[in-house]
Amino acid sequence: MKKISRSDLPRLFEALSQARRLYIPADDGSGQAKFLPYTPGMELTQNLNTVRSAKDLFFPQVENLLKFKVQGKQIEILDDRDPVEPFVIFGVRACDCRSFDVLDNVFLHAEPADTFYQARRENAVVMTLACNAPEETCFCTVFGIDPADPAGDVTMWQTKDTLYLRANTEKGAAVLDDLPLDDADDAAVAAQQAATREILKKLPLKDLDLNGFDHEHMLQKFNDPRWAQLSESCLGCGTCTFVCPTCQCYDIKEFNTGKEIQRFRCWDSCMYSDFTQMSAGQPRPTQKERFRQRFMHKLVYYPANNDGLYSCVGCGRCLQKCPIHMNIVKVIKTLGGECHDA
Amino acid sequence: MTRDPLIPMLGVVTDIRTDTPDVKTFRVVGLDGKKPFVHIPGQCAMLSMPGVGEALFSITSSPTNEEFLEFSIKKCGCVTDWLHGIEPDQQITIRGPYGNGFPVDTDFVGKDLVFVAGGIGLAPLRSVINYVRHYRSRYGTVDIVYGARSKEDLVDFQEILDEWSQEDGIHVHLTIDRPQDGWDGHVGFVPNYVKELGFDTGKTVVMCGPPIMIKFTLAGLLELGFDKTQVYTTFELKMKCALGKCGRCNIGDKYVCKDGPVFRLDQMDTLPDEY
Amino acid sequence: MHEMIKAKAIELLESGCVNRVLGWKAGEFFYDLTPAVFTTREEIERDFVYSVFSAANLSKYLIAESRKEGKVAAFLKPCDSYSFQQLLKEHRIWRDNVYVVGIACDGMCDMDVIRDKGVKGVTAVHQDGENLKLETLYGTATMPKSDALPERCVHCKSHKVVVFDEMLGENGEENPDSGRFDEVERIEAMTPDERFAFWRKELSRCIRCNACRNVCPACSCEKCVFDNDKSGVAQKAAASDFEENNFHIIRAFHVASRCTDCGECSRVCPQKIPLHLLNRKFIRDINELYGTYQAGADMDTKPPLMDFTKGDAEPSVVYGRGGKQ
Repeated sequence: MKKISRSDLPRLFEALSQARRLYIPADDGSGQAKFLPYTPGMELTQNLNTVRSAKDLFFPQVENLLKFKVQGKQIEILDDRDPVEPFVIFGVRACDCRSFDVLDNVFLHAEPADTFYQARRENAVVMTLACNAPEETCFCTVFGIDPADPAGDVTMWQTKDTLYLRANTEKGAAVLDDLPLDDADDAAVAAQQAATREILKKLPLKDLDLNGFDHEHMLQKFNDPRWAQLSESCLGCGTCTFVCPTCQCYDIKEFNTGKEIQRFRCWDSCMYSDFTQMSAGQPRPTQKERFRQRFMHKLVYYPANNDGLYSCVGCGRCLQKCPIHMNIVKVIKTLGGECHDA
Repeated sequence: MTRDPLIPMLGVVTDIRTDTPDVKTFRVVGLDGKKPFVHIPGQCAMLSMPGVGEALFSITSSPTNEEFLEFSIKKCGCVTDWLHGIEPDQQITIRGPYGNGFPVDTDFVGKDLVFVAGGIGLAPLRSVINYVRHYRSRYGTVDIVYGARSKEDLVDFQEILDEWSQEDGIHVHLTIDRPQDGWDGHVGFVPNYVKELGFDTGKTVVMCGPPIMIKFTLAGLLELGFDKTQVYTTFELKMKCALGKCGRCNIGDKYVCKDGPVFRLDQMDTLPDEY
Repeated sequence: MHEMIKAKAIELLESGCVNRVLGWKAGEFFYDLTPAVFTTREEIERDFVYSVFSAANLSKYLIAESRKEGKVAAFLKPCDSYSFQQLLKEHRIWRDNVYVVGIACDGMCDMDVIRDKGVKGVTAVHQDGENLKLETLYGTATMPKSDALPERCVHCKSHKVVVFDEMLGENGEENPDSGRFDEVERIEAMTPDERFAFWRKELSRCIRCNACRNVCPACSCEKCVFDNDKSGVAQKAAASDFEENNFHIIRAFHVASRCTDCGECSRVCPQKIPLHLLNRKFIRDINELYGTYQAGADMDTKPPLMDFTKGDAEPSVVYGRGGKQ
């Protein structure tokens, strides 16, 4: 265990940003937080979490795939891959850190690997920060996540005036080696963890019952008539999708620059009407089917393909941001649990 | 860095054949003049023209064709409209092959096969049919039921007449929706024709066509006493990546691009009804 | 008010006046209400909530609801009633199928505003006269309700429900001195470069979730041009960051003279972009160039941008207002 005084954070950020690009959660100009490239003077946010999740740094909303030059009947393929340099993400919460596992299963472990995502993952050092003050919308513990002891290459804890750091991987240890840190014992961290765990016991959503959200009940859940009522006021916007740390659907689009055709990919949302629209037909004609897809994917389809791992990490962003306050918690409470069978 | 699977290779369209008023068959090779890749019957490939778009098409040629790939494509959208307007020597991009393909070397071996196709649905089946013809001795009898709106809409009509129907052990049953001058064959919809033909229930059925055809043909087959484990079909959903990642061809715990497009009908029963 | 509205909802349903009621449904917490349709007394008794968090404007739902079988009762706040009337004017809502109950409103609280004041982990909120008592994971807090109001309520344009079949409580008055254009004037006073920088910065946060568009009662096109793949402008994300800027500017143009200034666009924006300021700029300019006009205020006056009069501003007006020749 290492430590540094919180008043020395600027010194730490300076040191961290020497060898690689550093991202920290900081104010985005609206009073909300975002992972931003560190510049001198930038301060760590006081908010518990960012609006956009840390997935942005591995799976950006828009990225160029390649370019084409077209001349007559000839096509030329040009590389348009953004170079990826080593970077470190400072202050990732436990929920977002778990979301990397969820995304890794899709982009790295399921063949073939996505090399764009892979390059960023390989070049990143993840420094997580334990939560001291969870909010009412937090329910990561439901998914077996411990916000008092997050994973990552380095785990960090904050007390009133000290930041504690523990390397979990070789990559993490190498980063810590270069930093102006002092040795520390575990006592203060243990005390902080105990305090956090007391708060966790009071979280209003800690007892969500995921019973029945599994492959075995796939058709039962899919055919549940209550999807109609759950989805009735859904606006069909992409807010939940775009603030979600695990949503990973994308579209591939092209842009004619006048000289070249740029093919890029961008986030997409299953909540959008054109997501499955084909000239031949539309398998999800109303918002009910689109809404159902999003939650079935997170709670049933994804776990069925990934050893039961849910594609929700309980970060609570959708709870805070849905314009009509419909969210995965309400879906779980309505459709989940033994006593809720239709 | 290895080449990303989303990055296509270049191909050249060397030959374009007009099959029907709205179907053309495109012959594609790599820039080196060779077949771009090896595939299994029923697999697909992503073809694109930069600036127009990218779309998934089933490979119509048989893997036994070692010179080129063929795609029979119906004009029905952005990319297909463009393809119908091109001339030979046009370059395009191609990536693949994608999907599981038909179990031609496992489940189909030794079986009597019935192919049921409607309209452009013959495209993926043509690959299987020609594969089966190539390795004729591995399979039992072959019946081909193929229907279209009119005589002009029958894809590969000449190949069917000149080659398929001339071979021993292959029975071709053609039908068109409405009577037409110069047509003395069967008239009527495919599902009814299949029922009329009343195949032995020990055969294996491979279907492809519009959803409505699949639905009624299946009902007819079940009535005849077929089991869903004997019936295979291929699906088509909107796709962008074809790698099981972009999310849109998801049905239950399956991705049509990766786990499909070929499904046995009893497998479909375990999936949500959303296709 | 809450009990009165609930009783009215049950009365309308049981008297056969309507076969369903559009309102707000209780959530996990006090503040996360969801617009919902209620069809039984039991549902209303169990889930119907009218509180300082019944912020969602229900008018847009009536486009679809009014086309369904039978009559629907809708509870409309002053803001919502302007949107409703504007949609009536545009023939988007079938008036005969809606029974409107007007409800007085003195401002709807916003959880984001409360969080911004530093009160986190709120598990329950009780209204105690002019104060909110907040129970949090970390203790209790008290806050004047006025501190929990979003900008749109602080600068409320009107407390008057402009269309109703029945009014619950006393109807309010318009508030011409709301000061709602103060911020617009501040931005107008900037140099063009400052103003450009201001909007570039604000709009740079856009994640193109379309929440502003989808919630907007004035955005009632069956198929938005930005969703139409064949339009050439359909983009889920921008090929350049300027496109997001254009999306909002084009949207503001499209709703100009139809936007009632209900402020839903800014309420739902996950990135807290003050989108309503774009619309207010249009409203202010229209007032100046065509005479004072409030969309949704009545059924008779013609929207200035859909009407032609000899007194209309000429395009050259831009030069008089500092535009370059």
